[in-house]
Amino acid sequence: MEIDVVPISGELNVGPQHPGSGHMRIFVKLNGDIIEDAEIDPGYVHRAVEKLGENRNYMHLIPLVERPAILDSINMNLGYILAVEKILNVDVPERAQYLRSFSAEISRIASHLYGMGILAIFIGHSTGFMWGFGDREVWVQILEVLTGARITNSYIIPGGVRRDLTPTVVEMTKKAISYMRKKMKDWERIFLNNPNIKARLQDVGIMTREQAIDWGAAGPNLRGSGVYYDARKAEPYGAYSKLDFEIPVYKEGDGYARTLVRFEEIEQSLRILEQIIKDIPEGQILSDRFFKQIPPTRLKKWWEGQKRIVLPGYYASFRPPKGEAISRVEAGRGELVYYVVSDGSAKPYRLRMITPSYRAIYVMKNLLKGARYADLVSIYGSLDYFPPEADR
Amino acid sequence: MSQKPIDLIVQALQQKKIPFKPEGETRGSIEVDKSKLVETAKALKEIGFDHVKSVTGTDYPDQSRIQLVYHVSSYDIQLSRVIVALKTWTSYKEMSVPSLLPVWGSVWTGERETYEMLGVTFEGNPDMRRLFLPEDFEGVYPLRKSFKIRTEGLFVDKSS
Repeated sequence: MEIDVVPISGELNVGPQHPGSGHMRIFVKLNGDIIEDAEIDPGYVHRAVEKLGENRNYMHLIPLVERPAILDSINMNLGYILAVEKILNVDVPERAQYLRSFSAEISRIASHLYGMGILAIFIGHSTGFMWGFGDREVWVQILEVLTGARITNSYIIPGGVRRDLTPTVVEMTKKAISYMRKKMKDWERIFLNNPNIKARLQDVGIMTREQAIDWGAAGPNLRGSGVYYDARKAEPYGAYSKLDFEIPVYKEGDGYARTLVRFEEIEQSLRILEQIIKDIPEGQILSDRFFKQIPPTRLKKWWEGQKRIVLPGYYASFRPPKGEAISRVEAGRGELVYYVVSDGSAKPYRLRMITPSYRAIYVMKNLLKGARYADLVSIYGSLDYFPPEADR
Repeated sequence: MSQKPIDLIVQALQQKKIPFKPEGETRGSIEVDKSKLVETAKALKEIGFDHVKSVTGTDYPDQSRIQLVYHVSSYDIQLSRVIVALKTWTSYKEMSVPSLLPVWGSVWTGERETYEMLGVTFEGNPDMRRLFLPEDFEGVYPLRKSFKIRTEGLFVDKSS
């Protein structure tokens, strides 16, 4: 089909209040309706976690580092703790490792449903938005029962996790898995096989394998471009080395492939959850080194009564040895990297967090060049970009 | 595979005479002078390290210099297990390092952020503008140690 481009150039501000931009401004230079250049301006929600990190104790940072992506807070929490544990050199009991993977997978499903919901409303599919947020609620409730908080869980602590699995959580998860399996078929019918969705996403924002590698894309965006890379396989943490799951990879590199990757990852996460419920070993959920420091009266009340860990007093201000550590986890949106430098004091000397959305800034800027203006929201949504996570 | 990926990297870098320090099975670091930065980066790329995960600047006011760390890794199945930290220093007097943008496109965001947060100029990067900070931001660079966070101290008597 011939496209007539009316050669009128202009500039347009998308956001920061545009429904398709979140808390971000995209400054586009247009020629007709072709985007010639796009300037991305995040920073409207900057909360300076890296700077605050240099002014807080290690323990006090846990609620802070999970704020940038509250919809995926378990993974944000987990990545930070892995880096701190490397500096502290702590061993983590097997049961805690399984519980970490368990909560991380629930968080991943919730994050993907959020992403698909946002993509749906961006391209005018209200049902997808409501379903995404409705189905997400199921998983958020499981996390609520497991950790005691709805979205900012602060569940994972150095050496283990805060609470043990209860029969209620297992029961809820089993119900949620069968519910989600049923719902996935509906999702496929109404969302993935919807001709409108296909028209908006297929052949839009194509990122080749070479481009994805050069621009440093992460997570589902990378795997949608045919790169087989997942931090869970590259450097297994938690219980992932013992679990059987696959990494969905698509070669097309367009918005539809990225959505399919995310959709299939939900299925894989359901498989992982089933395995964890079946295989989880008995045992402690906090490293012995810290468990011994909890006063016996508290242990009796909380651990023996409710299977909860009450933090030992040493926790608030522990001083790890000098050193540096870099950790990576596969969060919902992609690879999440923490780099912690310790100078021996109770506060980190330097805390660096590289979130997947931060790496998507450059990807999005490049993908928008040469796209049509109407596709801006499709590209934005299909990258699963979350502005507060990008500017941390 | 019998040989660990880190051993292969040690061999390959020894041939190019780059001082590589292995730290465990999946980590390693290289510390070079900033004049040799681009050269080292190119050598790493030849081995197969195809992207940079993060560009980190750390301020050391007692030594009047800033350390830059590039965490380099790969999407290749074997090499992806390894993360190499490429380190270099730049002093307060001469706050500029050559940009690695021609070698790895993925440093774009990191270099821009390091510029605005620490004031290190990357020579050759065309986008040395602010990314996260407001346009009218004034004062020292926020991630320098000399930047103190102002607190209101509502419930604390002493000012911190």
